[in-house]
Amino acid sequence: MTTNPRVRDWTEAELGVPGALREVVRAPAPVLSARGSDVDPTDPAVVALAADLVATMRVSPGCVGLAAPQVGVGVKVFCVDVSEHPKTREHHGTFVLCNAEVVSGSRNEKAREGCMSVPDFTGDVKRPSRVVVRGQLPGTGEEVELEAEAFEARALQHEIDHCDGLLFLDRAAGAHAVYARKTYL
Amino acid sequence: MTLHAITVLGHDRPGIIAETTDRLAGLGLNLEDSTMTLLRGHFAMTLICAGTASDDEIETALAPLAADGTLTVTVREVPAEEAPAPAGTSWILSVHGGDRPGIVSAVVKVIAGVGGNITDLTTRLAGELYLLVAEVDLPAGADSSAVERDLAAVAADLGVGVTLRAAETDEL
Repeated sequence: MTTNPRVRDWTEAELGVPGALREVVRAPAPVLSARGSDVDPTDPAVVALAADLVATMRVSPGCVGLAAPQVGVGVKVFCVDVSEHPKTREHHGTFVLCNAEVVSGSRNEKAREGCMSVPDFTGDVKRPSRVVVRGQLPGTGEEVELEAEAFEARALQHEIDHCDGLLFLDRAAGAHAVYARKTYL
Repeated sequence: MTLHAITVLGHDRPGIIAETTDRLAGLGLNLEDSTMTLLRGHFAMTLICAGTASDDEIETALAPLAADGTLTVTVREVPAEEAPAPAGTSWILSVHGGDRPGIVSAVVKVIAGVGGNITDLTTRLAGELYLLVAEVDLPAGADSSAVERDLAAVAADLGVGVTLRAAETDEL
């Protein structure tokens, strides 16, 4: 796997605006179950949202990604940063993508997921452990395509799902694959 | 508002859940937690419902389900349970091997012996193969390596395989 240097070198400093903290909404908020709208990645409001997502992710314990619907905004924008996570292999550090989609995926693996917007449950979800994702960088609007694997691949798919109005609950591996959460971060 | 534990057991056929839940909805009961599966082909469902109906009213409403004698329905008012104490660590226990009496009791005795709590359990028998999968909470301070050793010793006596894996959650 090769990382995309443009995405890897991107930091929120490129946005040029400070991020503000936003409140994270929880299911059953309708915004979490609605397909997000496409955005213009050069729109100043989208750039501000991108900065806010990164800022909110940074202050949330254990948070490796945050999608716009999780802060109550029904659009296709999310941030990830898995660099500090022990299950991470190669990664792209912090980045934000707009209008992202999974182009291809392979090597399904099952893992138990938790989500800040569904604090009382965890669930087993099968997802490709290698993906190609395409999206646009906020601010410049450049289209980028990147390969991701392992934990970063899972995080990207989880956030893209949020932008499409899907929670991990929608992908539960079976009727007995959702569990009451026992430990909270 | 009271809570009621309801069980429905017996011969499986399409429509049992639809009929049961329709009758409960007719009483204004709210289904809280429920689980249903087939156990060796037998329908088995347990529900906890909340509402203002009494046990007698619920039993009367569900009586038609049991009228032909193929299903058994029980209804019992239950107290609200306190939220459980925070778990120490969460594990998934798997046991499989040739069927013989006493596998479950021997294995879960090890878990109980360290104050561990089983929060979900499934066992299945298919031909000669016996399978147990359980969600296990071990108390903070429990020596999981020692538990694994004890489980391995019990499993060796029974001639079955056992694994205890951490139930890790990817926080996303």
